[in-house]
Amino acid sequence: MTKVENNKAWWLVLPVFLIVAFSAIIPLMTVVNYSVQDIFDPYTRYFVGTEWFKQVMTDSRLHDALLRQFLFSFTILLIEIPLGIAVALMMPTKGRGASLSLILVAIPLLIPWNVVGTIWQIFGRADIGLFGAMMAKLGINYNYASEPLHAWLTVVLMDVWHWTPLVALLCYSGLRAIPEVYYQAARIDKASRWAVFRYIQLPKLTNVLIIGVLLRFMDSFMIYTEPFVLTGGGPGTSTTFLSQSLVQQAIGQFDLGPAAAFSLVYFLIILLVCWVFYTTIMHMQKDK
Amino acid sequence: MSLTLKNVSRVVDGETWIDDVNLTLEPGSFNVLLGRTLSGKTTLMRLMAGLDRPTKGQIMMNGVDVTGVPVRERNISMVYQQFINYPNMTVYDNIASPLRLAKMSHAEIDRRVRETAEMLRIDIFLDRLPLQLSGGQQQRTAMARALVKDSQIILFDEPLVNLDYKLREELRQELRALFKARNCIAVYATTEPNEALALGGNTAVLHEGKLLQFGPTAEVYHRPKDIITAEMFSEPPINVVPGRVSETEVTFDESVHFQLNSDLRPLKPGNYQFGVRASHIGLVPHADDDLELPVRVDLAEISGSETFLHVHNPHFDLVLHLSGVHEYHVDQQIKVYFPTHKLYAFDEGGQLVHAPAGLGGR
Repeated sequence: MTKVENNKAWWLVLPVFLIVAFSAIIPLMTVVNYSVQDIFDPYTRYFVGTEWFKQVMTDSRLHDALLRQFLFSFTILLIEIPLGIAVALMMPTKGRGASLSLILVAIPLLIPWNVVGTIWQIFGRADIGLFGAMMAKLGINYNYASEPLHAWLTVVLMDVWHWTPLVALLCYSGLRAIPEVYYQAARIDKASRWAVFRYIQLPKLTNVLIIGVLLRFMDSFMIYTEPFVLTGGGPGTSTTFLSQSLVQQAIGQFDLGPAAAFSLVYFLIILLVCWVFYTTIMHMQKDK
Repeated sequence: MSLTLKNVSRVVDGETWIDDVNLTLEPGSFNVLLGRTLSGKTTLMRLMAGLDRPTKGQIMMNGVDVTGVPVRERNISMVYQQFINYPNMTVYDNIASPLRLAKMSHAEIDRRVRETAEMLRIDIFLDRLPLQLSGGQQQRTAMARALVKDSQIILFDEPLVNLDYKLREELRQELRALFKARNCIAVYATTEPNEALALGGNTAVLHEGKLLQFGPTAEVYHRPKDIITAEMFSEPPINVVPGRVSETEVTFDESVHFQLNSDLRPLKPGNYQFGVRASHIGLVPHADDDLELPVRVDLAEISGSETFLHVHNPHFDLVLHLSGVHEYHVDQQIKVYFPTHKLYAFDEGGQLVHAPAGLGGR
């Protein structure tokens, strides 16, 4: 049998190839290109090898931002995932209450990042903000502009308020997909409410939770707008997360080379953590 | 342990789902609920289980009123059409779960789980997860969970419909054997008359929320109380032909006559509806007095190794249930043989007045 060459197939793959090239490969390669050069102006550039990477690896400012970033992402995951599940479990399943609660829960998701930042910026002010004024009344000197801890709390609260609904909606849809007979069988088995959650609902939610954890991790790892609007990364550098450091370096100081090297490292970190999450959850599922 | 339903009705949103059902199930009995989809089988089971409360009427266990007692405080098991198991527990843990909730000792749990698993032939899969098993094995696991505890009532809600034919026959027989030695009440819902016949025991025929007839399966089959019961309890539905009985002969639809035989002699002259089962009409005569009918073929429906032959003559339609594969083309002229000894006669109100003798049925 002779092999028949069918070159027409290439034409079918071409559109996808072009889209991926322009949306991912070419921008990424540009960044790779920057990361190994020292650029003064469009005509003056020198190849510097891995120098920028070495610089990024030893830059203590970036290390601090990275640590802060991990701390932030894990904090909001620890809050948002259980809280989202709890909210989903409490939402009514039928009748008018179901649609009403869906709308109410979805509202924060419709609000743009910078607006969320502005809302909380005003909300937390002691003079005109409801939350700030309330704290002041309680005798707590709440001031996100000068207290790093308060700034942190505000950013975490903001993110929890903004994104827990996403986890809740994902879990809600997962819960609705469990056939009613499972609950009926559990009632006949005299299973407790906890047992129903632990042995029916949670296992059936694994898949949506994987999506929820990955989405929330990636998204929170790239948080920029909210702390930027709230305090510009302050007080000091207490809420300067990775993306803000990157922007400061790339646009503020126009250090394109180090910023590009940093971007690549950033990208690899996200990829690595997502991979670790994904394989751990898949393994946990398989082992049980 | 007997279960009695007294004038039980259930009305949901103004629609009557169960209409005044009276039924007593004896301990150690195997009872089939036979009825089409939406006839109220599942609703009735939910009432028996205590998952729902009847709108009217009483449910008694051993003479004690348990109408308002919730399912958690009753001792029942249920097996569903879907294969319901705890997804991330092994087969062993799944079967053990009701016993653990009952706070039984470890040794006793282990003994029972292994015994039940062996009975249902899933003992080699005890360490697997349900989703790693085939459909039949998953349903066996669900059954083992239902059988492992000493329930007073075990309810099966069409447990075999999602399984393939061979597996269904196999499990059905095992199920029957399993219940021989038990003293609990088994209730088994099905839409298939043949499954009811294969299971035996008692059969309750349900139609539109009403209990039409309840009794030993063979008796209900051979002496259906009325036309609807006869139609519900035969697959394909029994053929019904209007006819008139005179002093000497029977006339079907003014067109077909035959001499009144010894069987039908007790019938008073008048109008009747005559029923004949699809499997009793043949392509060759079985008895001397079989009635020869020229008919035209509408459709030959071949299902596995059986054929449902739909035919008509100028006055009425008939369905024949033939074993083996028979191919006919539409409008083909054939002769069929109508057994005059195997006729059911119903009066004008649809009540049974005559059933063929010598067909078993006590």
